[in-house]
Amino acid sequence: MNTAARSAAGVLFALVSTVALAQTAPDPWPELVVDIFHSRPIAAADGVVTLDAPARAEDAAIVPMTMRFADPTQIKVATLVIDQNPMPLAAAFTLGDTSGVGFIETRVRVNSYSNVHAVAETSDGKLRAEAKFVKASGGCSAPAVKDQDEAVANIGKMKYREFKSADPAKREAQIMIRHPNSSGMQMDPVSRAYLPAHFIDSVEVFQGETPIFKMEGGISLSEDPTFRFTYAPNGAKTIRVEAHDNKGGVYKGEWPIGDAS
Amino acid sequence: MLRRLLALVAALAPLVAGYPARAFSLSEIAPGVYAHQGETSLMTRENAGDIANLGAIVGDEAVAVIDTGGSLIEGRAFLAALREKTQKPIRYVINTHAHPDHIFGNGAFVETGAIFVGHKNLPRALAARGPHYLSAFRAQMGDALDGVTIVPPTMTVDQTLTLDLGRREIVLQAWRTAHSECDLTILDPKSGVLFSGDLLFLQHVPVVDGSLLGFLDVADRLAAIKATQVVAGHGPLPAPWPKALEDQRAYLMRLTADLRAAINKGEGVAAAAKTAGGEERDKWKLFEDYNARNATAGFAELEWEGP
Repeated sequence: MNTAARSAAGVLFALVSTVALAQTAPDPWPELVVDIFHSRPIAAADGVVTLDAPARAEDAAIVPMTMRFADPTQIKVATLVIDQNPMPLAAAFTLGDTSGVGFIETRVRVNSYSNVHAVAETSDGKLRAEAKFVKASGGCSAPAVKDQDEAVANIGKMKYREFKSADPAKREAQIMIRHPNSSGMQMDPVSRAYLPAHFIDSVEVFQGETPIFKMEGGISLSEDPTFRFTYAPNGAKTIRVEAHDNKGGVYKGEWPIGDAS
Repeated sequence: MLRRLLALVAALAPLVAGYPARAFSLSEIAPGVYAHQGETSLMTRENAGDIANLGAIVGDEAVAVIDTGGSLIEGRAFLAALREKTQKPIRYVINTHAHPDHIFGNGAFVETGAIFVGHKNLPRALAARGPHYLSAFRAQMGDALDGVTIVPPTMTVDQTLTLDLGRREIVLQAWRTAHSECDLTILDPKSGVLFSGDLLFLQHVPVVDGSLLGFLDVADRLAAIKATQVVAGHGPLPAPWPKALEDQRAYLMRLTADLRAAINKGEGVAAAAKTAGGEERDKWKLFEDYNARNATAGFAELEWEGP
């Protein structure tokens, strides 16, 4: 594809995206394409990546999102963008070459009515995206930490879960990390101090020494970041996780992989 | 007759930014104890955020106001109605927690010179959530949101605090994270009336914005409070105490049990949120607005149980 055709595709995609977001103005997506994807053309997903998102964010602080990949061997990076959030880039997952990740489910904050984009970079270097429109939650729901004291007291605790898989060539697991993942706030009125943001900015997950994925993210991920995913087992005995936060915190966990069910 | 008179009084209250004043009922549920029942509804322009129960306790010398409503309009209508009942100074404005339907009317009481009182976590919760609430509620309330400001407390409660209104001492109690992370109850021992804030919902489906397990635990401990009747955060008032806790307990127990079962089966949060608590659907108003939200947050909490 020549440059002109490529930019035409980008413009077309931006237009489609604008229509989807007609309820709220302005549409930040064209600028996000510049900032996050360096103006590279983005084609329609065409089934390469699909995004499961709820039509409405029930709890603004915990909105489940799942990116599914038709052919895991084709996917290099999968990026989740909450267009209208203060920090739209929620998470970018770089998949291990042989990881065989079929889907990744995580939870995000959704501040207001927003398009959510799942953007996949395929092994041919192209970008493909699917967008879903998510209505904001109503009532007193806020994209805030539920219990600040509890969140700080438990910081860094991890949990690993495994799920039954019908397919012996796939395993399904979940990594959970206690962390407020907070955006900070302008001022704590009691201490009169400005509270800086405190969030997980990277999570690496390995089977044995082989990477399954590396996640780079920010404050749009929900508190207690969690990742549920499938992968292709390589015979390793353990799952290992190393997470870092923006204040230099390092959190590690390792668990034996159970018998295939 | 009384109600019509009150409606008339409220209608004559000054207009706020061209928005018509609201009829506002305030009934004396015990000598010197007043309560207002909000609509069981979401906050809208039409109801000016008037969805929560509010109250006032009058001592020999002074008045304590309990929550101020979901807009400046409602707060002003409340103040006008209260002034028809008593001219004693309003010494305290107590907020039961940080949610908009309980605090957006605070601004109406600033000029009374009252001291604003809340849970020790209330200032932090308002700092973290206030700006979001102001922008999020503009969409659903339009100009009924005009003039609303976030007024944080200057007196906070760590555990318990007794306030003297003149031969009438009321007891404020701060709770662990339950409905929210800053729930406060107010007991008037003289009348036996408990103002529970949103630690109790009646008819309006309970809302969990703190901790599902904390809510169950605190609601059980509330039952030990020596009161005879309760003004819930939402729903009919007054209600018999502690019997009024029963329906909410059944809902929270059902939701917890369903979520634990879903987690043990390996279901995902999105699927579980669609079904958990479903058996309670017909027993509550606003179930579709809040149950999936409660289930989503509850799932994320309960997932951490066990090894």
